[in-house]
Amino acid sequence: MTMRRVISALVHDRPGVLNRVASMFRRRGFNIASLTVGHSEKPEFSRMTIVVDNVPESALWQVTSQLWNVVDVVEVMDITDEDYVARETALIKVRANQENRGHIVEILDLFRGAEVVSVSPSTVILEITGPTEQVESLLALLEPYGILELMRTGLVALTKDEEVPQDGEFRGPALVGAPSQRR
Amino acid sequence: MSGRMLAGGEFVCESLQAEGVDLVFGVPGGAILPLYDHILKYPSIHHVLTRHEQGAAHAADGYARATGKVGVCIATSGPGAINLAVGLGTSFMDSTPIVAITGQVTRPAIGKDAFQETDVTGVTIPVTKHNYLVLSATDIPRVMKEAFHIARSARPGPVLVDLPRDVLQEIDEFTGYPETVDDLPGFRPITHPDPIQVEAAAELINSAKRPVILAGRGVLVAQAEKELQELAEKAQIPVIPTLLGIGSFPGNHYLYLSLMGMHGSAFANLVVDECDLLVNVGSRFDDRIIGRVADFAPNAKIVHLNIDRSAIHQNVFADAPVIGDAKNSLKALLPQVDKQTRTEWLSRVDDLRREHPLVVRDFDGKPSTQYVIKRIHELTNGKAFIVTGVGQHQMWAAQHYVTDRPNSFITSGGLGTMGYEVPAAMGAQMGMPDEQVWSICGDAGFQMTLQELATIRDEKAPVKFAIMNNFHHGMVRQWQTLFYDKRYSQIDTTGPDFVKLAEAYGMLGIRVEDVKDVDSAIKRAQDHDGPVIVDFLVEIDELVYPMIPAGQSVNEMVEDPWTQQQPLGTVAR
Ligand SMILES: Cc1ncc(C[n+]2csc(CCOP(=O)(O)OP(=O)(O)O)c2C)c(N)n1
Repeated sequence: MTMRRVISALVHDRPGVLNRVASMFRRRGFNIASLTVGHSEKPEFSRMTIVVDNVPESALWQVTSQLWNVVDVVEVMDITDEDYVARETALIKVRANQENRGHIVEILDLFRGAEVVSVSPSTVILEITGPTEQVESLLALLEPYGILELMRTGLVALTKDEEVPQDGEFRGPALVGAPSQRR
Repeated sequence: MSGRMLAGGEFVCESLQAEGVDLVFGVPGGAILPLYDHILKYPSIHHVLTRHEQGAAHAADGYARATGKVGVCIATSGPGAINLAVGLGTSFMDSTPIVAITGQVTRPAIGKDAFQETDVTGVTIPVTKHNYLVLSATDIPRVMKEAFHIARSARPGPVLVDLPRDVLQEIDEFTGYPETVDDLPGFRPITHPDPIQVEAAAELINSAKRPVILAGRGVLVAQAEKELQELAEKAQIPVIPTLLGIGSFPGNHYLYLSLMGMHGSAFANLVVDECDLLVNVGSRFDDRIIGRVADFAPNAKIVHLNIDRSAIHQNVFADAPVIGDAKNSLKALLPQVDKQTRTEWLSRVDDLRREHPLVVRDFDGKPSTQYVIKRIHELTNGKAFIVTGVGQHQMWAAQHYVTDRPNSFITSGGLGTMGYEVPAAMGAQMGMPDEQVWSICGDAGFQMTLQELATIRDEKAPVKFAIMNNFHHGMVRQWQTLFYDKRYSQIDTTGPDFVKLAEAYGMLGIRVEDVKDVDSAIKRAQDHDGPVIVDFLVEIDELVYPMIPAGQSVNEMVEDPWTQQQPLGTVAR
């Protein structure tokens, strides 16, 4: 059984850090679905949200512990099983003309956080911000109109925890897992 | 605080001096020249000019493993730096503390494909614990402090510091070497284990009927030999060292078993097959130990003590993981572990030992590699420092050079780097000038780095090289014999006349072709106060047994057909 894990990491804002993190994931054969990085609340650190796909149960502990070993990574939390909010933004260029533009706008109205950001005679660019599932259901509804270009940011996430994590915080998955993990 | 105005190169020298570094290995070149210019003014730092950067890296590694101190190697940008890489990989896999200093092209030239420019920090990410590209001279002391700290702390490893030439030339105020590492929030190893984890481990140990300990290099790194012995004796648990754990438990102790795994002793493998608890102290469950995971210690629960959290659940799932330094973890465990006698299990272990002994096989005329190693063992009383290459001779050395001296068995285990044996022996010898260092070499591995013989001559390092000369890539030949129907492909490694080579380098050279001359050659080498090369022309058809083919289990273990033909009890251990 494999699963998707959502990992939040605080990293030094220095040249090469992204390379180190990406190199670790590549070398260990972990599959990055999305990696988002940007400024955090602390000027010297950036925050990353990393979504890892197809993690076998046996590698669950590996993902966070290997990441924690990267010296430029200051804080690692596997938040998959925690209470967290997660959002991504997508810009979607759809083929649209005079006749069907109205239909597309109607579809958009079904979604929170979705709007038209640009219009041309034969296309519209839509923006949506929301949980991954919401972005994907909008994409499914737009599919018949012809999606010309798509840009997704990847997930950004924060836990709802009232306690703010300390530098050096490590929250892996449970260290002792199910017996099925054994071999 | 106001300081002296110094150049970046002097910052490096001041840092090395403050770290107490008195020996460094390296090769100069354009980008690193400012450092080499300044190092002349620091007579307390002895620089050894190796003939190849790989030699510098391995020498620093051998020095570090023998002494427990951080080894330092230096190279110039581009080719010099990449030549270090195999050494860094070797140190990385075997957790050896190394600080590698490399020159880089000037800051304005970086990224311009300048002459001898290589993205060294990029190239070495996977083979270093951490690395730095330093962009200002004032950063050098902090970076050096952090580099040494990271290299030697927790699970040790190599750290590389890349220094652009103009940074080495930059004049700035040197306000002293930092006393502490202040700002390294991303490096916080857990040294003291969580009591809950310790309790769970103690419970498993107390309820086990047939436990066994696997002792790795983590015991040596943490200097936890005493605690390991206390645990083994208190709970009466037999101890198997890993290849890198040799010396962590006294080899003459009644609880000592031999190595396990691919070329481990049959009895140690059978003990693990039968055990109901395996306590791994400070090793990572290398695949050459576990073989096929599903069949590894099939009846056992696993207690895994390791300071590197990523070693937990990496290859074998642990029922009771304990993250922490081996010494602290064992100390925490000891009071919670019950005293036991365990007569039944220990007598079963003794039966297995008697029924499946590890024997040294003799051939007529030509000496066997096993025999030569056994004689070196006996004539040095098991007290020499042993450095090996990679291949058949390495496995026989591990099987037969039983020792009780921590850090005295030095070998490239994780990466299996041929050529390690020559420069690493030099490094070990220079770190331990009063010890007898024997380098057990393969003829092929020896030829990969023999250029360092000149360095060894220059430094008057009295290493005793014992070349196990079978004129072949012996281990490759063994695999081709067993798994490729004797279709021998590219294995003839006939080298030069090693006795003449020794003489060419101003060393004593001795050739041994007959088994009866083995002892006198070893003694002559021991009595000679300089470096010696003994060219042992050994039996070619000798295979390393027992053998568990890669990825298989103890059920597929092949024991020496010869041993098995002998009546039980006639072959001594
Ligand atoms: C640098 C490097 N290249 C290739 C190998 C693969 N390899 C493993 S053992 C071996 C043969 C070693 O021959 P030798 O040094 O003569 O030792 P022997 O096995 O004969 O004792 C080879 C080629 C290796 N381990 N390291």
